[in-house]
Amino acid sequence: MDFLSLFVIIPVLMLLGFIPCRNIKQVRAVAVIGATIELGLAIALLFMFLNERNLGNTADMLFMADYLWYPALNIHYAVGVDGISVVMILLSAIIVFTGVFASWNIQPLTRDFFIWLTLLAIGVYGFFISIDMFTMVLFYETALIPMYLLIGLWGTGKKEYSAMKLTLMLMGGSAFLILGVLGIHFSAETADGSLSFNILEIAKANIPMEWQRVFFPLTFVGFGVLGAMFPFHTWSPDGHASAPTAVSMLHAGVLMKLGGYGCYRIAICLLPEAASEMAWIFLLLTGISVVYGAFGAIKQTDLKYINAYSSVSHCGLVLFALLMLNKTAMTGAIMQMLSHGLMTALFFALIGMIYGRTHTRDIRDLNGLMRIMPFLSVCYVIAGLASLGLPGLSGFVAEMTIFVGSFSHPDMFHRVLTIIACSSIVITAVYILRVVGKILYGVCTNEEHLKLTDAVWYEKIAVIGLIVCVTIIGMFPHWVSDIISGSINW
Amino acid sequence: MDLSNYLLMRQEMSLLLVFLILIIYDLFSNDKAKNWFHFSACSLWFIHTVCGFLFPITGQSFAGMFVNGDIEIMTKNILNIGVLIIFLQSYSWLKKEDTAFKRGEFFMLVLITLFGMYLMISARNFILFFIGLETASLPVATLVAFDKYKHNSAEAGAKFILTAVFSSVIMLFGLSLLYGNCGTLYFEDIATTISSPSNLLILALTFVLTGLFFKLSLVPFHLWTADVYEGAPTNVTSYLSTISKGAAVFALMVFLYRVFGNLFEQWNIILWWIIAITITVGNIFAIRQNNFKRFLAFSSISQAGYIVLAVFIGTAQGMGASIYYILVYVVSNLAAFGVANAIENATGKINISDYNGLYKTNPNLSIVLMLAMFSLGGIPPTAGFFSKFFVFTAVAEQHEYVLLFIALLNTVISLYYYLLVVKALFINANEAPIEKFKTDWYAKISFIICLIGIFSIGFASYIYEYINSISFGI
Repeated sequence: MDFLSLFVIIPVLMLLGFIPCRNIKQVRAVAVIGATIELGLAIALLFMFLNERNLGNTADMLFMADYLWYPALNIHYAVGVDGISVVMILLSAIIVFTGVFASWNIQPLTRDFFIWLTLLAIGVYGFFISIDMFTMVLFYETALIPMYLLIGLWGTGKKEYSAMKLTLMLMGGSAFLILGVLGIHFSAETADGSLSFNILEIAKANIPMEWQRVFFPLTFVGFGVLGAMFPFHTWSPDGHASAPTAVSMLHAGVLMKLGGYGCYRIAICLLPEAASEMAWIFLLLTGISVVYGAFGAIKQTDLKYINAYSSVSHCGLVLFALLMLNKTAMTGAIMQMLSHGLMTALFFALIGMIYGRTHTRDIRDLNGLMRIMPFLSVCYVIAGLASLGLPGLSGFVAEMTIFVGSFSHPDMFHRVLTIIACSSIVITAVYILRVVGKILYGVCTNEEHLKLTDAVWYEKIAVIGLIVCVTIIGMFPHWVSDIISGSINW
Repeated sequence: MDLSNYLLMRQEMSLLLVFLILIIYDLFSNDKAKNWFHFSACSLWFIHTVCGFLFPITGQSFAGMFVNGDIEIMTKNILNIGVLIIFLQSYSWLKKEDTAFKRGEFFMLVLITLFGMYLMISARNFILFFIGLETASLPVATLVAFDKYKHNSAEAGAKFILTAVFSSVIMLFGLSLLYGNCGTLYFEDIATTISSPSNLLILALTFVLTGLFFKLSLVPFHLWTADVYEGAPTNVTSYLSTISKGAAVFALMVFLYRVFGNLFEQWNIILWWIIAITITVGNIFAIRQNNFKRFLAFSSISQAGYIVLAVFIGTAQGMGASIYYILVYVVSNLAAFGVANAIENATGKINISDYNGLYKTNPNLSIVLMLAMFSLGGIPPTAGFFSKFFVFTAVAEQHEYVLLFIALLNTVISLYYYLLVVKALFINANEAPIEKFKTDWYAKISFIICLIGIFSIGFASYIYEYINSISFGI
């Protein structure tokens, strides 16, 4: 038994643990214990990884394990992590952990909710530890389908529409993806002539350029749908707005990262020649995502819609930076994934808590919350500042790295695009500050809202945990950026 | 007299033995003993199924007319498992007043059609094949009209027999052309005679394939399917949509690979279009259905498209993927039919809109149906994902990316309507959902078998490896 498989085995054990649960307390107990173990494992993995690297182990992937699963098709169950996966696993563990606390009082069918949430977690962890494309697709789709029921059953608003739209668009993306993955599998000429699903072996193999030109767009769009790339981003605002709190957190915080991670791992790393040839098309699209998402957020009045569009903008920045194809920008992209994951989760958690009290998310109906719930309001300000890139918080570090990396491109095209993308920072400031000013400050006019209370202990755990992470990354960015940039061989 | 010929037909013999025992039991037992009839039938069939896996003998007999290879035995075993599930699920339907007195007939008819399918699978001569085909289709018409007091059922029976006979005639015409061309009816001899395509051969090929396409209900030969599936008793529908289809697909494979292997380029083009249309049309029509049996009819048309998708490649990979797909399809589809059947027997409701809010009252049935839908839609970690992926792998291996793309887009469409069922079960609100009812033990056992299949077939790579190792290409 290898260490990495524990990340999948423990959620499976959790699923079994949910079956005999009779009441909500037992369900919570299983969920909290499982999520805590996962978080502990993720932190342990981080230190084990750093330790290995300090000892001078420079292999691409560490802690590898490889089991032959389907000999006829050369499908393996193969796991391994590099710096990027370690960071992503840590992010997932943090968000799952806080998500459990954010959905403390979920009703009805509490047990079912946590079962689906755990299934989602299995998919996410499995995806990040896999280095075999078959298991990657397997875990990718495992992570997608629970979303349907999570949003459809526990969501709010036009949840059925959103759930179906989200599921179908993402599965449509995964249809492109399967085509691309199979194409890569069958066109990669490895040294010994065998066909392989293992991404390390394919990275060494030579894929003919005419096939690369076909499969790069397929895989990039396939993952790009999940990364909310324009024009395939439309599932994201509806989905996020309708989802229950923990699901929004997990979805914006972790699931959308699957898209960016997959784009990097499969589309860009396995098809590098096509990536550099065709990057300009997708740079334009992701550039549109960045600016359009920010403008979209200005116009919205629903708190969740604002954050969903802001996610489109920030996740667009991730893909944008990956396509710049240089080390600094890519490091920035991964940091942006981490930072966006944490702060969006924080945002959605806070919005969920405010909504749980006021029963409205419309900014026109909310004002003066600072006096009524000071803890939540202060945290909301912090999240907002992180989102608009205040130095000292995570958003600044990531965006700075991205724009420095992007602008270091010598040619005009990339530089102009970088400048355009930079303008999103200003627009972000507009919508964030507008919301903060509108809902937190001023005098509360709604008498009902005056009676509301501030956060309770389990909400505080979720929020403080996330804020601490956002601050640590903002204060000590080199910890993270060293791990990440050490793993990018570009 | 050389009896070794018959030794090879052990599965057929064992089936006939079960058949005879059941006839005698049915005819000569008193009412009290008849209470055990269903139990005995299921147990006997279970023993037969298990025996099918043990001590396989391979070889050929009757001068090469009858062949029993590993792959034939495997296919028969898959069909056996399916029939076992159907027998288990039919308990509460056969217990009803209108059907209880002819309970024996159901088993007889199913077994004798299955015997015909065995012959279809093992036949390497067109005469034997045709006997098998007729044995496998005519008694099914009786089964379809089993609930004869119901108008629908009788109508479906009439429709079925007309299509069945019509398609047989078309096929027979093709066979006669083939015989005129080659002068023999043995598969091997025909294959060696066919070296280059002539117009007459292509005509023969077209007619023979058309006959089989009717049985498989591929578009545009599918028009009988929905009506017959809707009218037939649910257990018979499940039999038609899984077991008959499985046998016909195997026959198609043997035809294409063993007989018309040299005409690969000709049938490849035909199948390319048939598959693209079948998958798409089946899916698009399924979206609008409210009757669950009609829904499954169209879904099974599209599923048949995926099965044939693996066949059309013409490689051993494709054949392995196809048989594996049939196995997964049998367990998933029978799980879905089993739930529909249980609900229909308890309440008489068969529409998807009746299933609204079923999870609140009957959680276990809803979960079975949901997993069946996920497996049919190809969602991991159910077996459906693996079977679809292997079919796609086989297709991608031959670089047929355009057809693969059509098939992949169709998985998304199919997911939409499978999710509609899941939505009905879990999400849709209903003030008067189907009330809580008890499912009989036979059906419960069948669900357990199906669920074990849905969860284990994918992860137990041994099964696919075995099927892949015994399959053959052109």
